[in-house]
Amino acid sequence: MSVNNEKEVLLDVKHLEVTFSNSKKHVFKAVKDANFQIYKGETFALVGESGSGKTTIARAIIRLNDTSDGEILFRGKKINGKLSKEDKKWVQRNIQMIFQDPAASLNERATIDYCISEGLYNFHLYTDEADRQKKVDLALDSVGLLPEHKSRYPHEFSGGQRQRVGIARAMIMEPEFIIADEPISALDVSIRAQVLNLMNKFKEERGLTYMFIAHDLSVVRYFADRIAVIHNGRIVEVAPSNELFHFPIHPYTRSLLQAVPMPDPEIEKAKELKPYDQEKENKADETGSLQEIKPGHFIFMAENEREEYEAIVKEMEKTAK
Amino acid sequence: MSETNKNIILSVKDLEVKFKVRDRVLTAIRHISMDFEEGKVVAIVGESGSGKSVFTKTFTGMLEVNGEVTNGEIWFEGQDLAKIKKDSDWEKIRGKKIATVFQDPMTSLNPVKKIGDQISEVIIKHQGKSKAEAKKMAIEMMGKVGIKDPDLRYDEYPFMYSGGMRQRIVIAIALACRPKILICDEPTTALDVTIQAQIIRLIKDLSEEYGFTTIYITHDLGVVANVADIVAVMYAGQIIEYGKVDEIFYDSKHPYTWGLLSSLPQLGEKGEDLFAIRGTPPSLFEEVKGDAFAPRSNYAMKIDYVEEPPFFKVTDTHYAKTWLLDPRAPKVEPPAAVKELHERMLALTSKGGIYSER
Repeated sequence: MSVNNEKEVLLDVKHLEVTFSNSKKHVFKAVKDANFQIYKGETFALVGESGSGKTTIARAIIRLNDTSDGEILFRGKKINGKLSKEDKKWVQRNIQMIFQDPAASLNERATIDYCISEGLYNFHLYTDEADRQKKVDLALDSVGLLPEHKSRYPHEFSGGQRQRVGIARAMIMEPEFIIADEPISALDVSIRAQVLNLMNKFKEERGLTYMFIAHDLSVVRYFADRIAVIHNGRIVEVAPSNELFHFPIHPYTRSLLQAVPMPDPEIEKAKELKPYDQEKENKADETGSLQEIKPGHFIFMAENEREEYEAIVKEMEKTAK
Repeated sequence: MSETNKNIILSVKDLEVKFKVRDRVLTAIRHISMDFEEGKVVAIVGESGSGKSVFTKTFTGMLEVNGEVTNGEIWFEGQDLAKIKKDSDWEKIRGKKIATVFQDPMTSLNPVKKIGDQISEVIIKHQGKSKAEAKKMAIEMMGKVGIKDPDLRYDEYPFMYSGGMRQRIVIAIALACRPKILICDEPTTALDVTIQAQIIRLIKDLSEEYGFTTIYITHDLGVVANVADIVAVMYAGQIIEYGKVDEIFYDSKHPYTWGLLSSLPQLGEKGEDLFAIRGTPPSLFEEVKGDAFAPRSNYAMKIDYVEEPPFFKVTDTHYAKTWLLDPRAPKVEPPAAVKELHERMLALTSKGGIYSER
């Protein structure tokens, strides 16, 4: 696992902070000092429980949430805070989002044809009506839907089909970067694999870059190149996918892995829970920072925790040999 | 699927549920018969649209207004629940004898009401206790579901609680009336796996302590493996396989169950496509002919498109609705992923495996 120095950084998030408040007194920090880079052509997964801040980060990137500190750079250009009209359009055009609930993210009163074409209309990305039709047909075909579906409405489709529409609607913009926010958690078990395989196909064919948000590590295992684990608004561990699964270091990551429910009654019933308790573990929250402990493998720690983590790394490497 | 000499707390016979959607009729439940044994944890597994939530909503009279039980009986404490028409009659059952824990704790709780009051109001309403008594019981219940310093946290509001804590409160509310049956409708889907595991354990421990019967609705087979004594697999408005948890995981017979087990992300390998069941479930607006899963099955035979299979008995506790079990059918083996499931899971969870304890 090399440090990806040579790779082109597509998205660079530096010291990002997002706060919510209803008055001056109550300020809630949803995202605390987030730092990560996403390289061109990779799938970067952000994993954490609901309320951990992962969707807030995604919404900050596509400018739906204001940031209170830090910078977000896309292709080296700052995209948070005040932007010119053209720059805002540039962000909207090049970063697309696939939402969790395809039922809530499609306009119920618009035909599938319109839902998929919306971005084309907004950005005038077609020469004439025939060209637009052709683009929509191609997009439908690429997600396994038929041209005859165009005249239908979202409610006439199943959840899996609606999510395909959501994907087609993002793909038709030919974006460089797609943020997928739990794109399969609202879908049927038997449909999930279909949608994931479809997203993988697009990545290979078009060299797309994904940020994939999930709350379940088992889902991202075979899909992500690198994984960031987030807990209470704080990114606690970042590592290449294989590395994270084989050498998890932060106690929260370890408890997440151990708690993944296994489809096996014997194993599940024998399992002893090791839940993560930040206070009991006495892990740093306010005083630490994300530090590289192995090449490409980062842990959130306070300076006085470094020795302890280095010992864990040594121990794991010994066992692996 | 009836078994004699067991305590059956709820007995469903030939249930059919239809919905009117605009001018069309959707048959959501297609003739289900099933007995629920007292004190057991029964998991109902199926995709969204398979009818698993609709099925259990008929036990508490919570079908949407356009839905209706069009056939069958639901026997509970000598009463046929399918005959109840008045909401005042339902109130004697719903929340009191059969309670439900829903998926999203934030929408089940009132955001502007104190946590503790939300529990005591249920006790006051259903058990007729005084305010002071109810508060005492509510605090006790909060302790039971694992809230530390319940007397101090009684006066807090839902937003001050984490997702896992909120779901604990929803469970406390559901159990405040000591129901006979607790229906858990995807209670942990919104939670992270570590919290999910704690909530599952909590429900299990409480069911042993209070002796209620649990009906657990989920699409997560990992959760099922953990909680269930009995598993019912639903597809297109029917139960298609039914058995003890070990029988479903280690010796399943229906191709749909095989498909569900094979498409688990826990089995995925980096760089490989995940196994996917092809196609989509049938539209229940139209009449389903034969075996509803046939068009998506790799094991479909001619008869599957013509005639609906009956339940074939595998053991006294295990039944499957597939023609593959007919003596005339060719012998088929389940896919490798299903046969090797236990070995593969052992490898993943034993020392050095990626889901092992560290």
